[in-house]
Amino acid sequence: MPSRRTFIATTAAGGAVVAGGLVAGPSVFGAEPADAAGAPPDSRVSLTVNGERHTVTVDNRTSLLDLLREHLDLTGSKKGCNAGACGACTVLVDGRRVNSCLTLAIRLEGAEVTTIEGLAEGDRLHPLQQAFIDHDAFQCGYCTAGQIMSGVGCIDEGRTGSPEEIREFMSGNVCRCGCYVNIVRAVEQTARGK
Amino acid sequence: MHPFSYTRAAGTRQALDAGRAGGRYIAGGTTLVDLMRETVERPRTLVDISALPLREITVTRRGGLRIGALVRMSEAVAHRGVRALYPVISQALELSASAQLRNMATIGGNIMQRTRCAYFRDVSAACNKREPGSGCAALHGVNRTHAILGTSDACVATHPSDVAVAFTALEATVHLLGPDGERTVPFTDFLLRPGNTPDREHALRKGELIAAVELPALPRPLKSGYLKVRDRQSYEFALTSAAVALHISGGVIREARVAAGGVGTVPWKLPAVERQLIGQRPSHALWTRAAQRAADGARPLQHNRFKVELLKRTVERQLRVVGGGK
Ligand SMILES: Cc1cc2nc3c(=O)[nH]c(=O)nc-3n(C[C@H](O)[C@H](O)[C@H](O)COP(=O)(O)OP(=O)(O)OC[C@H]3O[C@@H](n4cnc5c(N)ncnc54)[C@H](O)[C@@H]3O)c2cc1C
Ligand code: FES
Ligand code: FES
Repeated sequence: MPSRRTFIATTAAGGAVVAGGLVAGPSVFGAEPADAAGAPPDSRVSLTVNGERHTVTVDNRTSLLDLLREHLDLTGSKKGCNAGACGACTVLVDGRRVNSCLTLAIRLEGAEVTTIEGLAEGDRLHPLQQAFIDHDAFQCGYCTAGQIMSGVGCIDEGRTGSPEEIREFMSGNVCRCGCYVNIVRAVEQTARGK
Repeated sequence: MHPFSYTRAAGTRQALDAGRAGGRYIAGGTTLVDLMRETVERPRTLVDISALPLREITVTRRGGLRIGALVRMSEAVAHRGVRALYPVISQALELSASAQLRNMATIGGNIMQRTRCAYFRDVSAACNKREPGSGCAALHGVNRTHAILGTSDACVATHPSDVAVAFTALEATVHLLGPDGERTVPFTDFLLRPGNTPDREHALRKGELIAAVELPALPRPLKSGYLKVRDRQSYEFALTSAAVALHISGGVIREARVAAGGVGTVPWKLPAVERQLIGQRPSHALWTRAAQRAADGARPLQHNRFKVELLKRTVERQLRVVGGGK
């Protein structure tokens, strides 16, 4: 028989369970609340997101993805698997593409984060954003923010020598709608500076 | 995820103290955060070691290479010395995970990563590795991706790392830091077969830190490479894999280092294959003959019988790719 604890944990893997009697507001962790003694441990962290400095105090369990979506109202980055297996949550941390779902926010003291919301300059889209439109590189759009952030990283790393190379180095971003052919074209076009 | 407290170690001494007090080290976090979210891992304290000075790749006095535990997978791949001297390492790393994960994950964390067995990851399933004595749901469950070598009645989970297969082939050494100083462990003794205690996975003592992995100096010229066979072309764990390094001089194989992945409860060294190769001239017939020994001792399960033949073919093909011959 699974205990109540394991029940909560396993059900929550599917999504929206909020454990009862939480002290610290709605939980995005899908786990049990802290010991009856008090609130779960939290920490203060200062980081820069899209050029703007934020100092926040968050539950230690908060991922960067949840910090962005639930606390900073930046919902462009998406939660697909929450386990490093789809790439929908890809952002840049100190210029490198990473999975924000597996990044603990409290570890980012002093870090510079760039999300899809920070890519355009005013009204001018980033060339890769424009290329996704030009090449019709999405259908439902759920994976797109992650694809574009990953594509920016891929171009920056110089792994765009051929369509094969782009496919391999973009493999960390899964697209349910199967837009891969056009995604590769968009990355290729942008890498060549059009 | 269960609540935890968090400290950032400023130096090695502080990390070791926190580790001895029961803190859990976190490096890239790509295994640990994932498993904490599944409540498979429930550390009460995380000790962030990312500020420790374990991030260098250096040439050793003996002419080998020492890779710091906190070197990211992507950094190791990009390193010229690694690429030039040990292609089997850079290839194994580049065929691992995704570009994003390789930017986060470290070499120390990689060899410590835990099995991808679905029953281990599901806290409602029986698993002796996660909960000793609860049984093994994989033994008679869905076990297509599980191990055929080094298994026991208690556990049949594969070790999922790719680069650990290359470390095993090359006979690397693990450098450890503990309260009493440094010690070294041969890589082939570092990861433990399950036996009756599948929850014991490695040779680390409580609070010990991995400082580096050292690759030995090997006779040159050395040809090496890694082949990974999987259900999809990229971003997937191995069904089978082969790490091969050969030193051929005067037309004769003088040194042979061969190991397999995706098939063992630990990365699987293939001494019987190596013995077939030493002193021989490269030829397709030799690769075929040697690879016949790759699955010696295999004990397939209901759904992974295909791995026996696939393993032999994987090893044969990689011997041919690395060793050439007619
Ligand atoms: C979707 C996905 C796909 C993947 N595919 C592959 C693949 O194809 N091939 C492959 O090889 N791997 C693959 N991985 C696994 C990935 O490579 C590992 O998660 C990663 O290497 C772990 O390193 P880390 O630094 O993130 O470890 P962490 O998560 O930080 O730590 C892992 C463990 O190691 C311990 N630890 C870390 N550093 C040290 C140290 N210096 N001393 C002592 N203990 C330490 C931690 O306490 C923890 O128990 C995949 C992972 C995911 C999520
Ligand atoms: S949500 Fe982060 S990789 Fe899927
Ligand atoms: S556009 Fe729908 S998932 Fe990629």
